[in-house]
This record gives sequence, structure tokens and C-alpha cells, in this order.
Amino acid sequence: MDNSRQLFQYILSGLSNGAIYALIGFGFAIIYNATGIINFAQGEFVMLGGMFTIFFLAFFHLPLLPAIILAILFSTIIGIAFERLAIRPLKNATPLSLVIITIGASILLRGIAMLVWGKDTHAVTAFSGNDPLYIAGATILPQHIWIFAITLLIIAANKIFFNYSIVGKAMRACAYNSQAASLVGINVKTMVLLSFVISSAIGSMAGIIIAPLTMTSFDVGIMLGLKGFCAVIIGGMSSGLGTIMGGLLLGLLESLGVGYISASYKDAIAFIILLLILFIRPEGLFRTKETERV
Amino acid sequence: MLKIKNINTYYGQVYALKNVSLHLKEGEIVTLIGANGAGKTTLLNSLSCIVPVQSGEILFAGESISNLAPSQIVRLGISQVPEGRQVFKPLSVEDNLELGAYQHYSSRAGRAEAKNTASMIYDLFPILHKRRKQLAGTLSGGEQQMLSIGRALMAKPKLLLLDEPSMGLAPMIVQEIFRVIENLSQEKQTTVLLVEQNARAALKMAHRGYVLETGKMILEGTAAELLQNKDVQRAYLGRDKKEIWER
Ligand SMILES: Nc1ncnc2c1ncn2[C@@H]1O[C@H](COP(=O)(O)OP(=O)(O)OP(=O)(O)O)[C@@H](O)[C@H]1O
Ligand SMILES: [Mg+2]
Repeated sequence: MDNSRQLFQYILSGLSNGAIYALIGFGFAIIYNATGIINFAQGEFVMLGGMFTIFFLAFFHLPLLPAIILAILFSTIIGIAFERLAIRPLKNATPLSLVIITIGASILLRGIAMLVWGKDTHAVTAFSGNDPLYIAGATILPQHIWIFAITLLIIAANKIFFNYSIVGKAMRACAYNSQAASLVGINVKTMVLLSFVISSAIGSMAGIIIAPLTMTSFDVGIMLGLKGFCAVIIGGMSSGLGTIMGGLLLGLLESLGVGYISASYKDAIAFIILLLILFIRPEGLFRTKETERV
Repeated sequence: MLKIKNINTYYGQVYALKNVSLHLKEGEIVTLIGANGAGKTTLLNSLSCIVPVQSGEILFAGESISNLAPSQIVRLGISQVPEGRQVFKPLSVEDNLELGAYQHYSSRAGRAEAKNTASMIYDLFPILHKRRKQLAGTLSGGEQQMLSIGRALMAKPKLLLLDEPSMGLAPMIVQEIFRVIENLSQEKQTTVLLVEQNARAALKMAHRGYVLETGKMILEGTAAELLQNKDVQRAYLGRDKKEIWER
């Protein structure tokens, strides 16, 4: 394979992984903005998406689409249960103790997944086959196209929801100032619950669309969660362009690192970026300045 | 229409409201004056159910409202313009107003009505119309105060609670805002509870007033009575100090 074709392959797989990291990062940002909590269980919803899909495919022999829809639904229900059982009852807990609770929840979810589904690695069938498409001399898998299309769709839906719907605007108002939000009649608790609903749904979708390419198992949530966290840190905890750029950047660096340096550094790259950002620019690389005036 | 009977409010160990009572009749403008830290904001937040009251009773239109959720208070017709304006700075002026009518947005009729209310508010504060696409954070202090009042009015409240609307604003703007409050009370029969440090201006507009001092209600009377009261003059109408002391 000549060099430029190879580079193209690295970039392609980097961008498609990056899109997934961006989606996972969105999940972090949405909950963080609504509650101030960094939900370290976010990665587990990514795992649940993939595992539930396999479960419905293999166990109930459902066709792909219903299996996916059910998987998203079940992951979201678990997200709701998580908020109701672990987050809401703690009224005056500090953000730190809530963050620790999310770590506990992630260990619990992973453990249950292991008990129920075992330790095996599973492959979800690709949505429309594995025959590569040839575009301008380069090969691209249909699953890559699915990943890009679904990611774009989720980003667009997210943008429309938060910018044009009254509930989305209410969530932003709540994130900015929850007391003022409750003074206009917004139910803050509902908005917090909704943030868990949206981020567990987005997280599980990310897990489903990546599963055909990378395989899935009970413990994929750890690494994917960490990479989504890295994306959102680069993006300055926003659920916008910054996090998308962060995810894509991380994906690209990873895949180029694997291609040109060594595959054994793949996961280290995310850690290194994370530490660098936290040391040098903790507000993120792409954080747009908040328009504020006192 | 509103009756507060002997409420007590605590923040942990801080005893912020001590047996406070207050009442409002329909259509009245009542002002609450008091120094920094007297508990004025706490009283309004107790009314809006943002801070829980320990004991005592709050009756609105005859019903007890002391243990409701803040959103239910808004639904009943009590809106607060919070201290320091607290507009949603990352959202546009338009969106801020829209959120003021949040509870009306569940029905189509409510949405249509919210549009009408918004245009009424733009008539009240034409500058907001000019700035409607701008982010609220880019507005001047006076404009933010107008927006904060407009946002509260979007819910079509029967009772409007205002927490120091004149704070940090130029006298011209304060006059304009007070004029709007007075008109609301005259034309829409909105009942107003106005917390102010600017006691003279507030008492000029109000029908009655209360004075709160370190969590206790120490005085109550018609606006004219309070304006004449020596203690009030000395403590809250600073400009007359010399005159009183020389006499
Ligand atoms: N969240 C809080 N936690 C603890 N104490 C509080 C809190 N909010 C207010 N306090 C205390 O309660 C008392 C009354 O405060 P409050 O804000 O109601 O005063 P205020 O009359 O509105 O003052 P200002 O004119 O400065 O706005 C003060 O002693 C204050 O320190
Ligand atoms: Mg105050």
C-alpha cells in the first residue's frame, strides 16, 4: 500500500473513533452542565449500548433495528434508575462525593454486566455489511459512513434541542443559574433527570455504532469513558463544537500514533493529552469565552 | 391576598427571620426596607419557597403555600425578580422572556398568549425589543434589570416580588423602572412587594411599608407615616440626617 493511501486509512479510522469520543464527551458535558457532577459512569452506558444490542440480537434473535432501539431504551432506563436511586436522594451532597458515587456506580454496572453477560468479547454485525466501498481510490467501510452519519445526526439534534426548544433552553438556564431557573417555574429536578436521560441515550448510541468495528465486552466502558472525558476536557466541558473537535483530535492523534509509532501507545495518548491539558489549559483548548458583563 | 404569620427561617445555625409577619391586600404596593443583612432577601425567598421556613404560616389567597415547590409558587401567580437581576446571560433576550412563561409553554393557547405578553413587555421596555437577539450577558445593568422584570411578568403574576431593583443603577433608569412598577399596579392591578434600600423613592410610590431589622419586623405603617417617622428618617432616609440632628 502506498503512503498516501495508508495515511488516508489512518485518518479515516481516527476520525470515526474520534466521532465516538465526541459523542461520549457530550454525555459528560450535558450532565456536568446540569449538575456540576462529572459522571464517571458515562463509559458504562457506552458499554451497555453495545452489550444490550448483542443481547437482543443473539438471545432474542431480533432484527438489527429493533435490537438497537431496545438497547438504547434499556440503557436509558438504567440511566434514569441511576439518577433516581443514587443521585437524587443525596440532597446536600458535595459534588466530590457525588463524583465518587458515580465511580461506585460504574464499578457496579460493570460488575453486573460481567455476571450477566460473561467476560467474552462480542462482535455486533456491521449495519450494512463489511464490503468496503472505494471512493477516490481509498477504501472505506460502510460502518464508517454509518458512524459519521449518525454522529452528525446526533450533533444536529442536540443543537436544535438546546437552541430552539423551550425544554432545551430551560436546561441551559438551569445549568447557568438553577435558582433563577426555579424562580421562573422550571422544575430543576426534572431537568437534572432529563440530563441523565439524554446522556445515557447518547452514550449507548455511541457504544452501538462503534461495536461492529471494535468489538465489545463488559469492560469497554473504562477506556471509552476515559477517552470521552479527554474529548470533553479538550472542549472545555461544553456540549458543542469544542468537544467535537476534541474528540476528533484525540481520535486522529491516536490512530496516527498507532500507525507511525507503535500500537502499544494507543491508550497512553489519551492519558498524555489529558494530563497536558489539565496542566496547561484546564479551561480547554476550544473554550469560547462566555459573554459576560456584570 | 397574602398573609405571612410568624415565620421563622434558619440557614443552619443562622437565625435569619424571627417571627416575621406581613400582609398584602390586593392591588397594593408594599415596600420592605432594611439594612444589609436584615433578612429581606430571605423573606422573599421564603415566599418563593427557595428557602424552607421552619415554622409559621404563609397564606396566599387563603391557601397555605409554605411547603410547595418553587415552580408551584410561580404557577399560583407569585413571581420574583431576584436580587442582582440574575438573567440567563448565555441566552438571548428573547429566550429569557420565553423562559419567563415556561409553564405556559405546554399548551398551544399558552404559547400564543406568551407571544402577546412578550409584545406587551417590549412596549413597556422598548430597548428590550431592540436588543431581543442579543445575549442577555451583553446588556447593560439597567437593561438587565428591565429584562429581569420582564421575565417575571411573562408568567402573568398576580403578586410581583422585587428584590432591590434599583441596586447599582443610575437615577434616570431607577425612575423609569419605578414608573413601570407603578403603572403595573394601576393598570394591571398587580400586587407588588418591593424590597428596597432606596427607601425614599420606594416609600413615595408605596401605599404601605415595613421595616425589617436583623431578622425582626420592627415597624409597619402607611408610607406617609413611615416617611415622617424619626427612626426611619435617621436610619434609612440619610439625607435628612443633618436637619434632624440640628433641631
Ligand atoms: N445561604 C445562606 N447561608 C447562610 N446564611 C445566609 C445565607 N443567605 C443569607 N444568610 C444570612 O442571613 C441573613 C439575612 O440575609 P439576607 O440576604 O436575607 O439579607 P438582606 O436583607 O437581603 O441583605 P442585602 O440588603 O444585603 O441584600 C444575613 O445575616 C446573611 O448572612
Ligand atoms: Mg438582599
